[in-house]
Amino acid sequence: MRRALEASVRRRAIWGYAFISPFIVGITVFFAIPFVQSIIFSVNELQVTQDGYELIPIGLANYHRAFFIHPQYNRVLLDSVLQMLTELPLIVIFSFLAASLLNQSFRGRTVARAIFFVPVILTSGVLLQLQTQDLLMNALLSAQAGMDADAAREGITIGRDLAMLLDASRLDPRFVNYVISAVADINQTVNRTGVQILIFLAGLQSISPSLYEAATIDGATGWEVFWKVTFPMISPLVLVNVIYSVVDIFVRYDNPMMILVRDVAFAQNNYGLSAAFSWIYFLAVLIILGIIASAFSRRVFYQT
Amino acid sequence: MATIDTISAHPPIAHTRPERRRLLLHRISTSAYAILRGVIVIGICFLILHPIVSRIMISFMTEQDLFDQTVIYVPRQFTLENYATVWRAMNFVVPFFNSLRLTLLVSLFQVVACALIGYGFARFDFPGKRIWFALVIFTLIVPPQTIMIPLFLHFRFFDVAGLFGLVTGQRGINLLDTIWPFVLMSATGMGMKSGLYIYIVRQFYRSVPRELEEAAYIDGAGVLKTFTMVMLPSGVPAFVTIFLFSFVWQWTDTFYSNLFLRNLLTLPRALNSLPLVISQQMYGEIGTLATMPPAMASMYTNVGSLMLVAPLVILYVVFQRYFVESVERSGMVG
Repeated sequence: MRRALEASVRRRAIWGYAFISPFIVGITVFFAIPFVQSIIFSVNELQVTQDGYELIPIGLANYHRAFFIHPQYNRVLLDSVLQMLTELPLIVIFSFLAASLLNQSFRGRTVARAIFFVPVILTSGVLLQLQTQDLLMNALLSAQAGMDADAAREGITIGRDLAMLLDASRLDPRFVNYVISAVADINQTVNRTGVQILIFLAGLQSISPSLYEAATIDGATGWEVFWKVTFPMISPLVLVNVIYSVVDIFVRYDNPMMILVRDVAFAQNNYGLSAAFSWIYFLAVLIILGIIASAFSRRVFYQT
Repeated sequence: MATIDTISAHPPIAHTRPERRRLLLHRISTSAYAILRGVIVIGICFLILHPIVSRIMISFMTEQDLFDQTVIYVPRQFTLENYATVWRAMNFVVPFFNSLRLTLLVSLFQVVACALIGYGFARFDFPGKRIWFALVIFTLIVPPQTIMIPLFLHFRFFDVAGLFGLVTGQRGINLLDTIWPFVLMSATGMGMKSGLYIYIVRQFYRSVPRELEEAAYIDGAGVLKTFTMVMLPSGVPAFVTIFLFSFVWQWTDTFYSNLFLRNLLTLPRALNSLPLVISQQMYGEIGTLATMPPAMASMYTNVGSLMLVAPLVILYVVFQRYFVESVERSGMVG
């Protein structure tokens, strides 16, 4: 009996490997090998020859060049990290609020849901690229909306009133500026949250109604239910969403660093330098992800 | 007797004064909240829809309307001329079908591969499973630009363990500008954002009750038969979701097609060169970007993007029901 069980466990394991075998092939051939190669390229100068390519070892020269010689690299690196840090909280908070709203029952919920996910379509690939390039169209759009171009650049006019209100409140001016720019960039935030809303919404749907019932019977108010039931149950997904957003902001095609890496490789044919650029960048991303993940994972509640 | 009936029919009826007041307060705060929620939801929908609607309205305007300050939203001289110009300049049918073929191929391969891999991760226990799954997530974290050059050279001199080199004496086959890089990568779960799709399928299958599978096993079905007859049909909402994602992202992609398929005229590529092409058609040899009024260049790009998006919107409207259902069945929870 026991042997039969062991055999069946082993059979299941073999089937498991059979199912994921495409992935094993793929990650070896199209990921692991190129991944290692790109490290090698970054410490070499790569020259394309007639029947292939040649590598000329130059040590850490490419890295030295990135940090100390290249006119833009440091600034672009710092810019994209700072941009990520400002956008991240907005995206996570907004997508959580949006998901909470869409999770409630009200008339027209299906339509609202369909509309909330539209940005997933409209901000992909070439469309995003064109939108960021086409300043003129943006000016035209805001002119059509009855706003002058200056107001459009400063954000929605409500931003100005809000600024005056917050200035009067004597809060930290840095905080005030952050809130104002958050309001002004609401459009951008909304456009970047489709997948995140989806992840939160799925999480909210999966919280068992019996938990809410129990809390209500115990006399908890809505506020308490949110902090003692909803929030702990959803906290693992906050981590998922934070990681997804960080990666998404870092690798999207309109990220200035990604544009720089691509240009150095294909416009200037400097493959080695481009590899070094992307490696420094990737390590920076990894460090930031590590810090964020360890800060969050202590506060995350896992239901066992 | 009558009192008892009333009570059982309407339990929360208030009989004393404070209770009645409490109920009234409750009702007021509920409806106030509903109004607030409505305002926020409508506001966000407006933020999303407003630029799209404006773009559509602008696309029907003549150049004169475009600069007329008194024309807001509704074009005074409604025209389809912009669409006709763009259609001719893009030679729309050709890039459309190029893109359609490429995108369908990639999406189908991605769905099949990610369905198998995701199911394997969700339902089987095997040594090293956690490490393999960590690798799935790792592929998502590494920017594609990091491995872009080695991949490019990989397909330029494609070779399986040196076998081809041994036979022909050359350094591999050139697979660039063929469909193969896309096929090979999507079929092995390494295509664009495949890691995310594997994750979605895995989470979906973890939420499907095990009894469904066990019943099939007890009936004597093998692993493969159980998978094809029971698990595949129940996974349809997840598959539709990842098909939709995959289709949308491939349809608008320029990164991978610029890398592997530099000569195929896809829709995004046709769209990128659109103003230049129109300018050359209008002004002949001397036509450059500078010879066209910038507003019209913008206008044509706008019309072109709308034509590129239209098929995606249709697809989304058709499949939206499945999409939401797969969320409802909580396909994505850890």
